[in-house]
Amino acid sequence: MTTTAAALEARLSRRSIRPGRIIAWTLLFLGGVVMMTPILFMLSTSLKDASQVYDLRLIPESPSFDNYIAVLSDGRFLRWFLNSLLVAVCVTVSNVFFDSLVGYTLAKYQFRGRYFIFIAILSTLMIPTEMLVIPWYLMASNLGWIDTYWGIMFPGMMTAFGTFLMKQFFETVPDEFLEAGRVDGLNEFTIWWRVAMPLVTPALSALAIFTFLGNWTAFFWPLIVTNSRDLYTLPVGLSSFAVEQAIQWEMIMTGASLATIPTLAVFLLLQRYIVRGVMLAGLKG
Amino acid sequence: MTATALPVKSGRVLDRLSLRQKRVLWAWTFLAVPIVFYGAIRFWPTLEAFALSFTNWNLLRPAAFVGLENYKRLLVDPLFWQVFRNTFLYLIIGTPVSLVISFVIAYYLDRVRFMHGFIRALYFIPFLTTAVAMAWVWRWFYQPVPIGVFNAALTWFGIPQQPFLRSTTQALPAILAPAVWAGLGFQVIIFIAGLRAIPTSYYEAARIDGVSEFTILRRITLPLLKPTIVFLVVFSSIGFLRIFDQVYNMNFNDPGGPLNTTKPIVLMIYQTAFKSLDMGYAAAQTVVLFMILLAVSLIQLRILKDR
Repeated sequence: MTTTAAALEARLSRRSIRPGRIIAWTLLFLGGVVMMTPILFMLSTSLKDASQVYDLRLIPESPSFDNYIAVLSDGRFLRWFLNSLLVAVCVTVSNVFFDSLVGYTLAKYQFRGRYFIFIAILSTLMIPTEMLVIPWYLMASNLGWIDTYWGIMFPGMMTAFGTFLMKQFFETVPDEFLEAGRVDGLNEFTIWWRVAMPLVTPALSALAIFTFLGNWTAFFWPLIVTNSRDLYTLPVGLSSFAVEQAIQWEMIMTGASLATIPTLAVFLLLQRYIVRGVMLAGLKG
Repeated sequence: MTATALPVKSGRVLDRLSLRQKRVLWAWTFLAVPIVFYGAIRFWPTLEAFALSFTNWNLLRPAAFVGLENYKRLLVDPLFWQVFRNTFLYLIIGTPVSLVISFVIAYYLDRVRFMHGFIRALYFIPFLTTAVAMAWVWRWFYQPVPIGVFNAALTWFGIPQQPFLRSTTQALPAILAPAVWAGLGFQVIIFIAGLRAIPTSYYEAARIDGVSEFTILRRITLPLLKPTIVFLVVFSSIGFLRIFDQVYNMNFNDPGGPLNTTKPIVLMIYQTAFKSLDMGYAAAQTVVLFMILLAVSLIQLRILKDR
């Protein structure tokens, strides 16, 4: 069977080096380049000075990092960057912990009310964030959470999507592993943390990537809950910065680049995990 | 029951529990914090949003019950119908366009071996960008000559300049473009994952039978890809119905303009709640958004499941 499959594969691949394939590859490559043009133009313009902005060549005539120095000099961007990082990291840690704890409990314990809890959590997926924003705002202002990190973070500390994803994965963990832990006298929390969690690391990384990215780019809720500049996250700060710069496009592009470069760097480092994580989350979620 | 008596007593109780009961106790312990969270941060606010939609609360005066007044007001508000139309335009253009493009890319990219990872990265990277940053890049692209890249290209080809964001007809597609662009990478990856999940034996059998590529696509690939298609249709539709970041940033001086022709419902909610402070009215709009999302998802699932 393997030999026929291999023979077929060989025949297909021999057939594949044909003009049609080359044309398809070329078109895909050109399409990919077109996809990247906004990002390339952004990066290129961030390296130009005000007099060169109208020169639309992609390679700057005399590239310089002056814009970056100017934008970073007053420390605002650094502050927004750290705010975003803090918020995204805290929310991600919370989701990785709680979503998997709840997913594990719903997947591996038998108790009355389990199904009810699962359906209740799942049903929150239908409620759009926008509907909750007004009550959250009311809650945040009553409890003094406006303009605080906790105010930005609290709505996302757990998600139904993450819980559902983790439940799916914990269901694939064999019960024997957990029983072995019980025989060894581990308590239930340790069994989850030490035995079950290491077995679902691909799912955990998928959840972490999605949560981090979602919070890093989040705009709507941080826009509502922050008033003071010092508490802005990077997207909110960038938006206010761009408005203030009016038509100084090279400065706006520098700000936009500063918001984009970190994610690009992380992607280039973790490309395989990120793509696999997106596939996992998309298929199981 | 005093504080000192409690540990002793519960210690005895714990000893008496069976192994099974202990596990149930653990389960509820694990769920304790999440139950409080989902109750306080999800369910209670949901009920509150419904309740607020029946009041005239506006941050200045205490909320008073006004019945269906907000909903009646919404039905006769010409702005709402404009916004309703815009929101559905984002959906009706955005979802099919983005799914067709991403499927074509995924279909061919899946067969590419040479530099597969690199080409995939070119399509995927825009998905990782911040919508706000890219909204400003695209906004710059749409500027008139000599600033904007698009108009420079049009002029180069001898085509007259286009107003793009300043036009009541072109602004909505112009704002939709970066949203489609940024979402493509995700859809391509999911489509490729779906394509890979189809057993190759189907294709082999069809090829041995000499079936044409197009028939294979229509009779084998697309039907077997249905779960992926259903997921992406529902997922991307919800995304387009909730579009906000791009609209808010690309026409900042007059968000939703020109003349409200690009304003989606989420922007209307934002302005009603946090600019006009008309919380009761805004809550009614969020309830309408919720019902639109629910209805669209259910209709799509119904239609796609049947086929």
